[in-house]
Amino acid sequence: MRELLRRAWVGPLGALVAVYLLFSALAPATFTGGVNLATMLRQTVVVAISSLGMTFVILLGGIDLSIGSAVALTSVVVARLLQSGVGVGGAVALGVLVTAVTGWLNGALTARGKITPFIVTLGSMSVLRGAAKGLAGEQKIDADPRGLDLLMTGGSGAALPAGVWLALLLAAGAAIVLHFTVFGRHVVAIGSNERTARLCGVPVERVIMAVYALGGALTGVAGVLEFSTLTVGDPTDSIGLELEAIAAVVIGGGSLAGGQGSIAGTMLGALLMTVIKTGCTHVGLPNWVQEILTGFIIVVAVGVDRLRRR
Amino acid sequence: MAERLSGSAPRLAARDVTKSFGATRVLDGVSLELDPGSVHAMLGENGAGKSTLMKILAGVERPDAGSLVLDGVPYAPSGPLAARNRGVAIVHQELSLCPHLTVAENIVLGSEPQRFGWLSRAAARERAERALGLLGGSAALRLDARVGALSAAEQQLVEISRALAHDGCRLLILDEPTSSLGHADVERLFTTLATLCERGMTILYVSHFLDEIRRVADRYTVLRDGRVVARGAVRDTTNEELVTAMAGEVVELGTARARTPGDVLLSLRGVRGVRLPNDASLELCRGEVLGIAGLMGSGRTELLRAVFGLDRVRSGVIRVRAVAGPASPGERLAQGVGLVSEDRAREGLALGLSVARNLTLSRLGPLRRRGFLSGRLEQDAAARWIRRLGIRARDGAQRVGELSGGNQQKVALARLLHHDVDVLLLDEPTRGIDVRSRAEIHELIGELCAAGKGVLVVSSHFDELVALCDRVAVMHKGVLGPARPVAGLSEHSLLREAAGA
Repeated sequence: MRELLRRAWVGPLGALVAVYLLFSALAPATFTGGVNLATMLRQTVVVAISSLGMTFVILLGGIDLSIGSAVALTSVVVARLLQSGVGVGGAVALGVLVTAVTGWLNGALTARGKITPFIVTLGSMSVLRGAAKGLAGEQKIDADPRGLDLLMTGGSGAALPAGVWLALLLAAGAAIVLHFTVFGRHVVAIGSNERTARLCGVPVERVIMAVYALGGALTGVAGVLEFSTLTVGDPTDSIGLELEAIAAVVIGGGSLAGGQGSIAGTMLGALLMTVIKTGCTHVGLPNWVQEILTGFIIVVAVGVDRLRRR
Repeated sequence: MAERLSGSAPRLAARDVTKSFGATRVLDGVSLELDPGSVHAMLGENGAGKSTLMKILAGVERPDAGSLVLDGVPYAPSGPLAARNRGVAIVHQELSLCPHLTVAENIVLGSEPQRFGWLSRAAARERAERALGLLGGSAALRLDARVGALSAAEQQLVEISRALAHDGCRLLILDEPTSSLGHADVERLFTTLATLCERGMTILYVSHFLDEIRRVADRYTVLRDGRVVARGAVRDTTNEELVTAMAGEVVELGTARARTPGDVLLSLRGVRGVRLPNDASLELCRGEVLGIAGLMGSGRTELLRAVFGLDRVRSGVIRVRAVAGPASPGERLAQGVGLVSEDRAREGLALGLSVARNLTLSRLGPLRRRGFLSGRLEQDAAARWIRRLGIRARDGAQRVGELSGGNQQKVALARLLHHDVDVLLLDEPTRGIDVRSRAEIHELIGELCAAGKGVLVVSSHFDELVALCDRVAVMHKGVLGPARPVAGLSEHSLLREAAGA
């Protein structure tokens, strides 16, 4: 039992249930029920998928600030390609490939160039945002989504659209990679004690580059789904998404010092933020109250986590 | 080469290993033979070259000259990993484990049993269990326990098992393995070592503690100033002979100094820290230098930290002049007590900041003009102390990190002088600095003493204490002995007490 309580995701799960019950009591008519639940899940998808990559990066002891820009870039790339007549499959594949490559570059600069990831990704945040704007000619790109929109709008009422299932599938995959592969083990080892990992023969640089590339690819998937939601390529979209992703990881028990964090916790953290936002809207609280509440939750979650683990 | 007693071929043979760092020759033609299935003790004072030799064996450093042969095959590891792959593993004093991983995960780290990248948990557990099994019944560790939650002793066992889990581990180097262990854990470790020896493992055991070496080691080698000065079978030697080998033949007795101590500045009664020290009492007077002799891990640094308020005091009384009770470092400074840390680079100084900033950090009050810090006054203050202590720096604006170790240490001392403290707590004030700076710092301590300050010096160079102090107290395993006048004490006698012989 004590062992179970020490699990990283127990805290955020408790918080999620508590917040859900609270809003259900405050706005029983609109907040409860399958339809709203499906809506909240749908709204969490983009943050959730980008947080998956962020979980790996933070477990490694790194950070990736370029995620919001990367999502915008992917949406623009996909829109541009669709507009110019490339097939759906090709557009999606190239959109994901672009961010996988930029992620890999982030990793290479961190691992081989020995520049701190905060600086590297602060730079690429600006570079990718600029690239998205340039590629889009500084405006939104309308493109026929050719069915891509169904990823997020498909399913009616309480039924879940394909994007939600995709997010769940990716989360399951990420958890499996983290727990059952040598790669996942090495990620945690590097975040826990990089020097020891190196001493034990872990290929530290290769793992770091792979993690940032993986994070980039997942961000690309998030970008595709963002395009499905908006059905336009928007270069000014998703500003600050990286901070939401970091918040999700941290609420889910992740430590910015590395070595600590879980996929389940991160997913619950991402969902918790959506529930707070939606709940506040249903209760009639203005946007600024939601932001203050979310801020408190982040700090309180980490503080409670510290106490719990003592 | 010494004649070998046993008939079997040596596990490891080192011949004429030489290593210099800059102009200092740290190892000078060291030869060593280690037999299979035995514990070989390596002794020597700080700076004798033990750690350099260990680093060479573990592949961290490469020798300038000389050769190593492991089980008849030339051995020149390109790095720690290469050394491991040849079956040589080192367990450092500071443990290197991943605190977030479990015992089993740490043991197989870097060579996880796998199938196409997928972890094979059963195989990993089996291997970890086997490695722990090699330690004998003494290691009752849960494979799923998180390493960060284990005690220091348990973590050490994990690290030893990790070394053993590597196929064909044949030489295990233990660097001061008991320094962070309690009594029962030391016994457990000894049982483990005996088990490993029975299985043919060679263990190189580095320690200062003569009683430990008597218990575990078969043979010994003593290093002094980078040379082998004695070797043989432990049972054929006496503690007296070992101490003489470590400290040298010349016995310099301390001489009484012509100082008359004044009133008591600092007094400790039964001070006990969180882990260390266990019991420390002393009185430090105006105008005297009091030395604390102790080996690494004896609790000497912890004592100074407790007095200065950096570590919590569990029981006992610390009295500074008339004021009794615990205090924070800021309060201690206000009471006129200052500390120079043994770790210049990480604690003692902010290496990225200028000499002036470092020097004035604890007392910025006099540098204010109309409420704002004045750069002019700061530089003036720095220039004064640079001149006064003969700090070799361009000016007060130079970064401390650019100075030599000796000059950095003078900056750390100058901070206490700028603060005008009465009690100076100096932790290894001459560690890693050149001879000239050392002499200058000794001279400065003498002057401060004459000016009515009280100086408490911790050092592992016992000759330094004999030369510098009025009285010396020996710390052994957390307990501070009585302070005695230096007349009649010698490096030998202090070393003997500190090593528990």
